[in-house]
Amino acid sequence: MIEIKDLSVKLGAFLMKDITFDVQDGEYFVLLGPTGAGKTVLLESIAGLKSTESGQISINGRDVTNLNLEKRNIGFAYQDYVLFRHLSVRDNISFGLQWRKKTRREIKDAVDKVVELLGINHLLERRPLSLSGGESQKIALARALAIKPDLLLLDEPLSAVDPETREATERELKELHNRLRLTTIHVTHNFEEAMALGDRIAVLGEGRIVQIGAPEQIFRHPNSEFVARFLMTRNIFEGEVQDSPEGQSVFCVEGAKLAVVTALRGRLHASIRPEDILVSREPPRSGTPNSFQGTITHISDHGSVIYLTVNAPPEFTCLILRRSLEEMGLEEKQRVFITFEASAVNIF
Amino acid sequence: MINWRAIATRVLTMNLMKVVFLLLGAVILLFIFLPLFTMTISSSPSQLLDTLRQGEVASAILLSLYAALLATVVGFILGIPLAYLLARHDFPGKGIIEGLIDLPIVIPHSAAGIALLFVFGRRFLLGSAFHTLGIDFVGEIPGIVIAMLFVSIPFLINSAKEGFKKVDVRLENVARTLGASPWQAFFKISLPLARGSILSGTVMMWARGISEFGAVMMLAYYPMIASVLVYARFEAFGLDYAMPVAVLLILACLVIFIALRVIAHRWEER
Repeated sequence: MIEIKDLSVKLGAFLMKDITFDVQDGEYFVLLGPTGAGKTVLLESIAGLKSTESGQISINGRDVTNLNLEKRNIGFAYQDYVLFRHLSVRDNISFGLQWRKKTRREIKDAVDKVVELLGINHLLERRPLSLSGGESQKIALARALAIKPDLLLLDEPLSAVDPETREATERELKELHNRLRLTTIHVTHNFEEAMALGDRIAVLGEGRIVQIGAPEQIFRHPNSEFVARFLMTRNIFEGEVQDSPEGQSVFCVEGAKLAVVTALRGRLHASIRPEDILVSREPPRSGTPNSFQGTITHISDHGSVIYLTVNAPPEFTCLILRRSLEEMGLEEKQRVFITFEASAVNIF
Repeated sequence: MINWRAIATRVLTMNLMKVVFLLLGAVILLFIFLPLFTMTISSSPSQLLDTLRQGEVASAILLSLYAALLATVVGFILGIPLAYLLARHDFPGKGIIEGLIDLPIVIPHSAAGIALLFVFGRRFLLGSAFHTLGIDFVGEIPGIVIAMLFVSIPFLINSAKEGFKKVDVRLENVARTLGASPWQAFFKISLPLARGSILSGTVMMWARGISEFGAVMMLAYYPMIASVLVYARFEAFGLDYAMPVAVLLILACLVIFIALRVIAHRWEER
């Protein structure tokens, strides 16, 4: 288990403070945050590449905060691979094994094993400069895995991969993790990537950890405006939660009353994901809790999906498929109905 | 076959600026090439061979090469670590240190020789210390070596520093996470990856050492290195006696440096 306690690290002129989280054995843990939030710096301080101001890092019960980085047994892969270009692929992969008092036989076996695992046998005698991006990334991963690390740190492993191979690489990472069950911390700014890979996600922003939880939890229930915005929730309102005449909760914003499911009361935020809002030209069946009529003020075409801005008021952003747009023949300035479940409204 | 029309079209369509730059560049290239070339061809091979057979000439050339090599070895051991530190770290006063390293290039070398005498002369600080160890500088080979070292070390340090700067520090980081100590990361990663720049800096330093005259003459007129011998013969016997020695020195240097440049270039490409 990896335990990070009250860690603070210098980030340029700023200080990242109170960084506390743990990663369970075999867990795939994703650190999610915008560019400049200090994700890489945090990763580097766990690896020991950057000194920490205070706090504690322990790996499997061993305090490594002040341990020399070469003794930590952590595999580290940078986003742009950083291969040793003066060495062959084989020597890159076996680089970490030569200090570990192994015989030539043991080194060869270890290299063969990891090469087999990643399916890169045919690349062994090549030079790094002759490799494609995807191949380079596998070598960087193999190099980190060859030392049998206690912890694997991946710095934006998918951001340098071109979009077409991205999904395949994502799947490979997932499969690799399922086979090895190696405790992993993966850093990214892409929440789809975080959702797809993470067992748990920690959202990093403004120099601290804002929220930690399962992907579903974070996606459905962001605990702050920062997280909601970062996950492209789009509809974030500030309003008042009150008791409804029927004894339930309503969220009042700009004269509209949204039925919500919450025990909280008072001045709060509500967020609704754009894909949770249903758009139709006909009025919905009566008795539907959250149903509003509004005018389409803007249509933003993203190809296969379309973002509609509908002013009720308040202004909602809804996500629909291109097919729906064409079937309904929607245009700007049209009047439409929007509906969503009370449970689709997240209160924080 | 040469396609004259294509060449003519290309010249005509080149912009005026490039034509002017080309002409100006050609002038300076000729300025470098012409004196060396004329001198080399105006001495006959038999004359060169005769000169080479004079023990004084051969030993002066060898001494030049040898002393410059020693200076380069010392410069390598002391200069490479400094180059690495300067490439990797920023600290207050770094500009001053970098300026200090360039100083030997800008001061007159005869003045540099005198400055060295003030430290390495037998009556002075380091000179007397080394004297007790049995090493003297004035009029001795060590004197030649330190004179060459002084004037040529900037070339190695600056070139190596640029080389180390080009090595991504994250390569060292990865090596460290893989279990390499700082020493191992340096010798296995940083040094090999900067070797092209280091080698060309080494060659430059050696070349600069061999060509040194002013500072060496101040510390050690004897034993005579080649550049001093050229000067001595010119003073005593005139141009005809000095020239063959000069030509031989130039040829020796040319062969070695072309070979080393080729090696350095290949290394850098890899």
